[in-house]
Amino acid sequence: MDEALLRTLTPTVISVLVRRGAGFAAAEDAVQDALVEAVRVWPDDPPQDPKGWLVTVAWRKFLDAARADTSRRDREARVEGEPVPGPGEAVDDTLQLYFLCAHPSLTPASAVALTLRAVGGLTTRQIAQAYLVPEATMAQRISRAKRTVSGVRFSRPGDVATVLRVLYLVFNEGYSGDVDLAGEAIRLTRQLAAEIDHEEVAGLLALMLLHHARRPARTGPDGRLVPLAEQDRCLWDTRLIAEGVEVLQAALARDRLGEFQAQAAVAALHADARTAEETDWVQIVEWYDELVRLTDSPVARLNRAVAVGEADGPRNGLAALKGLDPALPRHTAVTAYLHERAGDPVTAARLYAEAARSAPSLPERDHLTRQAARLNAQLRG
Amino acid sequence: MAKYLLLKHYRGAPAAVNDVPMAQWTPEEVTAHVQYMQDFAARLEGTGEFVDGQALSPEGTFVRYDGEGRPPVTDGPFAETKDLIAGWMVIDVDTYERALELAGELSAAPGAGGKPIHEWLEVRPFLTAPPTITE
Repeated sequence: MDEALLRTLTPTVISVLVRRGAGFAAAEDAVQDALVEAVRVWPDDPPQDPKGWLVTVAWRKFLDAARADTSRRDREARVEGEPVPGPGEAVDDTLQLYFLCAHPSLTPASAVALTLRAVGGLTTRQIAQAYLVPEATMAQRISRAKRTVSGVRFSRPGDVATVLRVLYLVFNEGYSGDVDLAGEAIRLTRQLAAEIDHEEVAGLLALMLLHHARRPARTGPDGRLVPLAEQDRCLWDTRLIAEGVEVLQAALARDRLGEFQAQAAVAALHADARTAEETDWVQIVEWYDELVRLTDSPVARLNRAVAVGEADGPRNGLAALKGLDPALPRHTAVTAYLHERAGDPVTAARLYAEAARSAPSLPERDHLTRQAARLNAQLRG
Repeated sequence: MAKYLLLKHYRGAPAAVNDVPMAQWTPEEVTAHVQYMQDFAARLEGTGEFVDGQALSPEGTFVRYDGEGRPPVTDGPFAETKDLIAGWMVIDVDTYERALELAGELSAAPGAGGKPIHEWLEVRPFLTAPPTITE
C-alpha cells in the first residue's frame, strides 16, 4: 500500500474528472471517497494501474452521488450534455488545481486546508489533527471553501504568488501531529516547481529545503529551542543543503530577484558557515537590504537589525531598530539580545523577561525565560 | 467520568509558597519545571485522563457589542486586572478526589531552588449533559 503514490495521484485524478465534466467540488468529493476505498482495498488487492483504478472508482463515485442527489437532476443533465474538453489545454491541470485552491477569494486558512486536501491528498481528519481543530470544523471549512471557488473557471491561470503564500504558510505555521506539514509543503512545492518554470517557485523551494536541513538541530532532546548560533551543525542535513543551494543558484542566475530568493540566500549563507563565527554577516546584511527593498516588511527590517548587529556591532544593530514599532513580534527579544551583546546585561535581562511574557509560543517563552534566568544568575554572581 | 478544568493564574490566586518569578530562577530550574509539566501531561495521556491543555498570553482585551452597524468597543489590556488566567488543563477523571489529587501533583512542579512551587490551582467541574434517567 503506497500512500505516497496515492497522494501524488490525487490532483491528477481530480483533473481527469473535471475534464470529463464534473464540477470541482463534486470531483474532489468523489476522489476523496475513492482514496478511502483504495486504502481499504489495495493492501489485499493491489491494482495493476493505480491511476486507472482511481479514475474508474472516482468516476463511479461521482455518478453515484449525482444520481443519488435527485435535487441535482438538472445539473446532471447539463454535465452529460456538456462537450468533453480535449486534452492539451494551455495550462496543466494540476497547476490549475494549485491556482484554484489558493484563489484570492479564499481566506488563508481555507486555502491551506483546500490545498492540503485537493492537491496534497490528505484526509480531512489528518488536516484537522495537524491544525488542532475538530474534524467537523475542518470538514465545514473545506466545504465552504469549495463553495467559494465553485464559480471560478478552471482553465484560467492564476497568480503564482498566491500559491506560494499558501505553501509558505503550510511550511511555516502548523503543529506537528502525525502529518509532517513541513515535509508536505516541500513535496507540494517540488511538484509545483516541476509544473511551472518560475524563479520564485524555485526560491521558495530552496528556502524550505535550507530551513528543513536545520530541523534536526533546531530543538534539543527535551523539545527546547536551540538558537542558530548554538546549533550542532553536524546535525544539519548536507544533502538538503546541497539541493537547496543548487536550486537557488539556478533561480538567481535568471536575474529576477524576489522575496523568497532573497530569504533563501540568507539561509544559504548560514548553511555555508561551518561555525557560527564564520558566518558572512556582511553579505547577509546586503540580502536583507534587498529584502527590505522588495517587501518593505517590518519583519525583514527587524531581522536586518540582528544581522547589522553582527556585521557592524550591537550599537549599530540597536540603531537599525529605530523607527520600528516596538509591538512588532520578537522586537523585544531582538532588543534584549542586542543589549546583551552591547555589554548591558541588566537591561538585557529585563527585556528578555518582558519578551517572554509576550512570546507567541511556549518554546519561545521558555527559551526567553531561560535567557533572562541565565543573565540574572550571572548578575547575582 | 467527569471533566474538570484545572486553572493556573498569572494573578488572582493566593500567593504560592515558593513564590519567585521565573526569570529569577537558574536556567536549569526553568528546564526542570518545563520538563515536569510536559511529563505530567504525557502521564495523563497515558492513563487516559488528559483532554486538553493550553497556555494563554498574559495580554488580553475586553470587547463588547456597541450597537447595530458599529464596530465593537474594545478596552484594555489592563495592567491592574486582578485575575489573569495563565493556562488550563482539562482532565476527565472518575472522581472529584482524583481531580484534586492531580491538581496537587501539578502544583508540586519544581520552581526556584528546585523546590515545589506549591502554587494555588483552581479546580472547576464542567457542567454535564442531563442524564437520561431522571427518576
